Amino acid sequence: MTKMVPLPSKSIVPERDAEHEPILETHRLGIDFGGLTAVDEVTLAIGRTEISGLIGPNGAGKTTVFNMLTNVYKPTRGDIMLDGKPTQGKSVAQVSRMGIARTFQNIRLFDQMSVLDNVKVGLHNDIHQSLLASVTHAFGFRKSEKEANERALEFLSFFNLDKFAYQKAGSLPYGEQRRLEIARALATEPKIILLDEPAAGMNPSETAELMENIRKIRDKYRIAVLLIEHDMSLVMNLCEGICVLDHGKVIAKGTPDEIKSNPKVIEAYLGKKKEK
Amino acid sequence: MNLLTNLINGIGLGSVYAIIALGYTMVYGIAKMLNFAHGDVIMVGAYMCFCATTYLNLPVPAAILIAMVVCTVLGVLIEGLAYKPLRRAGSLAVLITAIGVSYFLQNMALLIWGSAPKTFTSVVPFGAVSLFGGELIISWETIITVLANIVIMIGLALFTKMSRTGKAMRAVSEDKDAAELMGINVNKTISITFAIGSALAAIAGVLLCSSYPVLMPTTGSMPGIKAFTAAVFGGIGSIPGAMLGGLLLGIIEIFAKSYISTQLSDAIVFGVLIVVLLVKPTGLLGKKIAEKV
Repeated sequence: MTKMVPLPSKSIVPERDAEHEPILETHRLGIDFGGLTAVDEVTLAIGRTEISGLIGPNGAGKTTVFNMLTNVYKPTRGDIMLDGKPTQGKSVAQVSRMGIARTFQNIRLFDQMSVLDNVKVGLHNDIHQSLLASVTHAFGFRKSEKEANERALEFLSFFNLDKFAYQKAGSLPYGEQRRLEIARALATEPKIILLDEPAAGMNPSETAELMENIRKIRDKYRIAVLLIEHDMSLVMNLCEGICVLDHGKVIAKGTPDEIKSNPKVIEAYLGKKKEK
Repeated sequence: MNLLTNLINGIGLGSVYAIIALGYTMVYGIAKMLNFAHGDVIMVGAYMCFCATTYLNLPVPAAILIAMVVCTVLGVLIEGLAYKPLRRAGSLAVLITAIGVSYFLQNMALLIWGSAPKTFTSVVPFGAVSLFGGELIISWETIITVLANIVIMIGLALFTKMSRTGKAMRAVSEDKDAAELMGINVNKTISITFAIGSALAAIAGVLLCSSYPVLMPTTGSMPGIKAFTAAVFGGIGSIPGAMLGGLLLGIIEIFAKSYISTQLSDAIVFGVLIVVLLVKPTGLLGKKIAEKV
């Protein structure tokens, strides 16, 4: 497999991944909304087991990038390669099955369904049901249902949510809902998980726990994590590679240390120094 | 005894409304659209059963099966050809299309079977049960209808609760986009919903025409509208709501017919709907719709 783009010199692929092909690559990705360019020229490469961050001021186009990666928005320009395969022309559900999962900035659980069922919806993925199969599904129903239950409970206990399994998802406290959303996304067995502001609304101890969880997810499931986050201490401590977006364009890429000292990033966040 | 007879007849008619209302409510819950052609699918189901027994001399179970298969295919076709291309269009466009499909089906039936009413032979070969020395007479059609309704309700409740497809349906009805991002094929889920709703419409058509044996191209339209009313009455999108709404509507209709006025009965039925919606706009068991602020 030849690489679509030569990796940028300041690659955000960490060294231990460098010999592998990136799990997710975008090449000059861009989207216009009625003549307005929201995102342009976004070229990224994310390693197979890398935790990376997408940061930038409000309105920089971070969530728009997530929406393009999951094919919710069709990019106007550029390509996305997931595990070496283009996602262009695929449906949202197909892209999800190719191995990309996400959570939402404003939690979007299936509130009326039980916590367990929320995760089981995620498991839906690996069963290719035809119309006929769903009718004949009654046969052997118990066995597959038991397996699904066990697997769903495994994901729940990973996030300490197993005790809530039979409660309605909408009745969970906020922090638990955020964890459940990650559990549900993981149940689709993704190769990369996109987290949209996972620490939003969390207190420092919850944030610390979340960071621990994200590391645990990567280590246990050997997948990549790409997160959007405004909590800079989380991003700088957790992410191995960071990409900074401003006005829809990538203004910097690199390790946390490189990003911290990058004058363009400081300018984007704090504004330009007044010239005397 | 008269009261009891009316109550039982009301439950019988209400069970038919409930089965039809399920089709409306499931489709609304999942595709967020009102399928006004649903009533006419009932008519097609009844005609299919009629043709299979009258012209092909098939036994009743086979005739019902044929009606269900034809209606299932019809439902999936209607969805695929008429509604699917409008998935991203406004809800008004879909509504008008549904009304168009309704007229299309009625006129196709007119073309094929003519306008003269056909006498539907009841699929129930028994007479009636006479209780208390002939004071209380219950027709077997009513008994079978009520039993069918109960079986369908339990079956559907288990299906949506337990099966994977049922879970997918609930997920799609709550958040279509999130469900899609979980890898659920939303289009297929909607197709399955139409298939189930249409198969139920076939059963409803056969049961309706067994109790009220006049079959013509417009047979489905009034029960369709009343079942839609029942679905709204019970809270559209809610399966127990469709059940409750259908039963109440049937009982109110029969009581209005026997105690107030036959001519006024429909006016009373819709009057009750208006009152309920004024007091509780989401219907009896409807979910509160949280407004995003």
